[in-house]
Amino acid sequence: MGLSRLNGLNDDELVEELKEISRKCRVEIIKMVYRAQAGHPGGSLSEIDLLTALYATTLNVNPKEPKWNDRDRFVLSKGHASPGMYSILAEMGFISHEDLESYRVLGGVCQGHVDMKHTPGVDFSAGSLGMGLSFGLGCSFAAKFDGSNRNCYVMLGDGEIQEGSVWEAMMAARHHELGNLKVILDCNRIQNDDFVESQMRMFNIPEKWSSFGWNVKEIDGHDMYQIIEGMRWLNENNDLPSVLIANTIKGKGVSYMEDNPKFHGAAPNEEQYSKALMELGEAI
Amino acid sequence: MSDFAASRDGYGHALISMSEDPKLVVLEADLGKSTKSCWFREKFPERTISCGIGEQNMMLVAAGLASSGYKPFASTFAIFTERAFEQIRNGIARPNLPVHICGSHGGTHTGTDGSSAQSIEDLAIYRALPNMTVMHPCDDYSTQQLTMKLLNHNSPSYTRTARNKTPRIYEINDPRLEIGKGVLLKSGSDVAIIACGVMVSKSIEAAKKLSEMGVDAAVVDMHTLKPLDESLVYELASGCKGIVTVEDHSVIGGLGGAVAEYLSESKPTILRRVGVRDRFGESGQAEEMLELLSISTKDIIESALDIVKME
Repeated sequence: MGLSRLNGLNDDELVEELKEISRKCRVEIIKMVYRAQAGHPGGSLSEIDLLTALYATTLNVNPKEPKWNDRDRFVLSKGHASPGMYSILAEMGFISHEDLESYRVLGGVCQGHVDMKHTPGVDFSAGSLGMGLSFGLGCSFAAKFDGSNRNCYVMLGDGEIQEGSVWEAMMAARHHELGNLKVILDCNRIQNDDFVESQMRMFNIPEKWSSFGWNVKEIDGHDMYQIIEGMRWLNENNDLPSVLIANTIKGKGVSYMEDNPKFHGAAPNEEQYSKALMELGEAI
Repeated sequence: MSDFAASRDGYGHALISMSEDPKLVVLEADLGKSTKSCWFREKFPERTISCGIGEQNMMLVAAGLASSGYKPFASTFAIFTERAFEQIRNGIARPNLPVHICGSHGGTHTGTDGSSAQSIEDLAIYRALPNMTVMHPCDDYSTQQLTMKLLNHNSPSYTRTARNKTPRIYEINDPRLEIGKGVLLKSGSDVAIIACGVMVSKSIEAAKKLSEMGVDAAVVDMHTLKPLDESLVYELASGCKGIVTVEDHSVIGGLGGAVAEYLSESKPTILRRVGVRDRFGESGQAEEMLELLSISTKDIIESALDIVKME
């Protein structure tokens, strides 16, 4: 599972490796959005530490055979945060780093929103919020019917769970006791227009999931030690559906994007681009 | 054969008939007793997924199953499939996942609940989606046969069924029934009546009365609205003076819309559309509703005569 070169490392070594992978992914995210002069850097930067750990240590997938039926599924429900996913898919070898240049370009492998018809390694065509969890339920049912131990991981955003059908899906997952369904909630506290707090207060998110009967664990979504611990926790709990609630910072890693609603869906200009790469330790 | 049957029963029978396929999964949203998926649930509870009263979730659960190689058949009332329209659009049609949706109790020829439960736009909205096949068969046997053909249909579909028993049109296993092929039930040289669903039997009735008046009307069961059997429509337009479309659905975007779109581009022909004229229904008996909305046998006859009498 994950990247074989990371097998056998102790946690300190693993965390260092993961940090370096996610740093490289952050650089690619900035490059993609800058080149396209469009896209969603904020949510890509908030999710990328989680995606890095998920792909590099946990997900049972094979870049050489992306459609292998018994693979774990990963559903990026917040599909606008596609640069994050493309960057880790390139690191894992599902697509090439050159493919990243096709982000938002006609005929490109990397569509604006993740699309299973265009990109190897993408299991769900997203873009409309609130749909991924239900789709994930379907994948989890299929695994159960197949008698397989594979899991389905779904990443949701905190703004996204304002969509009512997410709660239909939460209820249904518990009702059907889909223990192979694992949610990672990227709580970056910002949505399209503004802070979640001003758009639609979510109040106590862990309590809400808990009251729906899910296993719940809360972590710092940028502390790689807590993230790998969270991934292990997800895989140890197979009785009921589980949610890892990750508190993150939108735009994490680029100072002027951090906690800034303006960079939910905006590209950096040339000056900002240079500054971002410098902060990410990448020479232009 | 027994004379009357409801097309929704055909859906229920089809699910049982397909049960040997281990990839078949049936999804319900608290209306299995109405759509008749309950018959499958009774025999195969382990392959029936209850989604509660949650259609949006149901459609995407079905999509997830289809993405993993299963063959999901999801049903609810026609009107409530529409609640999940965007899920169907973005989650099923766009990635072209073979999810088969059945909307029962379609149209106004249904119970007496009133306009909230009378879907008169379902066929139009699903026709507009790329990759979707759209059907509205007229009796239980044809519904059963056409639904069974969906098992190996590798793209999504929407099939509308009706609640009420209406005259049975087909024998069991009629070899003429193929997805995308209309069935010429009666030939005729003056005017062609193209109908779907419960209006097929009304059209046959109308053709009989027209015959008594000396008008030779063809009747076609156009059970598939998309893809439309264009060659059959062309043939009818070539052989008759004009065409009457008949549906328990809005004249906008359904069977009448499909035929009008085709003819106006490819073979301009005199056309009358019998259907709901851009309004909602109300509570009432099914037959009363057809009269109120001017989609009864009488209206079909008048439309046909209108064409025949044209200079």
